[in-house]
Order: sequence, then structure tokens, then C-alpha cells
Amino acid sequence: MNVIRYQNQGRSDLAHAFDRFAALRDEMDRLFNNSYGPVFRTPGSFSRWAPALDVYQDKDQFTVVAELPGLKKEDIELSLQNGVLTISGERKQEKKSEEGYRNERFFGRFQRSVTLPTGVDSSKVKATYEDGILKVALPKAEEAKPKKIEVSVG
Amino acid sequence: MNIVSQENQKTGQQSTQQTAYVAPYVDIEATDSGYGLYVEMPGVNREGIEITVEEGNLIVAGHREPLAVSGEPLHRETRQLDFRRVYELDPSIDASKISARIEQGILTVNLPKAENLKPRRIALD
Repeated sequence: MNVIRYQNQGRSDLAHAFDRFAALRDEMDRLFNNSYGPVFRTPGSFSRWAPALDVYQDKDQFTVVAELPGLKKEDIELSLQNGVLTISGERKQEKKSEEGYRNERFFGRFQRSVTLPTGVDSSKVKATYEDGILKVALPKAEEAKPKKIEVSVG
Repeated sequence: MNIVSQENQKTGQQSTQQTAYVAPYVDIEATDSGYGLYVEMPGVNREGIEITVEEGNLIVAGHREPLAVSGEPLHRETRQLDFRRVYELDPSIDASKISARIEQGILTVNLPKAENLKPRRIALD
């Protein structure tokens, strides 16, 4: 199973510093009309944010849990294609005034993908969003469920 | 800095000795009438929130119930620890008027300034 792109892990001050630096760099890029070119634009750039994500498995289903505080249900998009679950969306700022005193939170678009280890029944996938936690239940396809095979002694 | 910002070192040390907490991400906005705190607490509901004012400190804590998920974890990034953060309260804030609400894991705390400290225009006689 592969889970890709998560940069907030550990949430260290250093990571914060990098985020700040990335934001500054973005500003600079705009200012100098992107004269640095694509060199600093790696896909794993610190300037993106990604929600923390868990994957659980029992005999009948997988459950993908993502921490997504502060979204609206309508702003979360889910897609399932070739056994890859993709969670994407956009977090909008709820603040009233433009001037922040101190900002640590991330806003804007995000996307995470999970490659599920076995086939799932895409028609039975269910998602709930409560207390800022997205839960996606993906029932396993019949052929992916463990089966007991009786040994007959002849 | 004269605002709600400085993390209280002493309390921070105490908390690491007792229980492990996660410091939530917080945005602070400053307006003429006071301050607003936007605290990210995914997995925390109304019942899990505890906001206290103690010796000039504002303590914001959130307890999360264990995730109701069946099965074994295959991959984990979330930390199932409670949230906690301590701020030193600016004396201009009227502690008796602090209000808060939580919606989809975002705790909003309103810290209004005391009425007599708000900027106002004085009309001439």
C-alpha cells in the first residue's frame, strides 16, 4: 500500500520555518517574475499542505481517516480510480479581518492519494465528515475477502 | 509584545512532565475590539473542550475521543493525543467576556477588550 505526500508530519518548528521560507520564496518568485525557474518547484514543495491520514483494515473493509478541520462538506472531493482513493479539496479562511496577528494554519487546495492493497467495492464506499475528521469506509470486494476453505478428508 | 501570543514556558514544561500533548495550529487575528483565536482541533467535539483562565493565562485544551474505527492500522500519521496550548492574556482583555464555539474541529475563541480600553472617538463639546 502506498500513501503519498504528507509534509506536516512531526509538525516541528523546523518544518514551520520551511513553510514560512517557502511562502517567502513564493512571494519572491512572484516579485521577480519567477526568475528562479522550475529549479525550486519540486513536487514535494513545503509550500503545499496535506492532511494527516490513517488507513485501517479489518476483514471486511478499509477505513481511511483524514484530519481535515475547518472544511465544509461541499469542499471535500473524493474519487476512486484503479484502486487509488484520492481525497482533495480546498480549505477557505474563515477569518473576518484580513490582517492576521499570527498565522500558523494552512489554507488552499490539498490532495492526498492512497493506493489500497486489495480491490474494493466502489459502489459501497461511504464517507462521513464529523468534528473535522473525514472517514471513508471502503468495503473489500468479495474476491478480496479472506475465505475459509474446508479440507475434506476422503 | 503585548498580546495573547507568548507561549508560557513554565506551564509548557509542566505539561510535558505530566501528559503528552500536541500543540494545535492557531491563527490569531487582532481587531479593534479584541482578538480572535482559531484553533485546529480535529476530532474534538463540544464536550472535549476546556478553556480556562488562570493567573493571567489562557489555557485552551481539547480532549479527543479515540477514533471509532475497526480493524488494524496499516498506516498512521495522526497522533491521538489531546491538544493543549497556553497563552499569556493581555491585560486589556476582559476575561469575563471570553466566548468560544467549535465547528468541524475549529475552535474559535473570542477575546474582547474591556469596554473602557477600546479605541473610540471623542466628540468635542
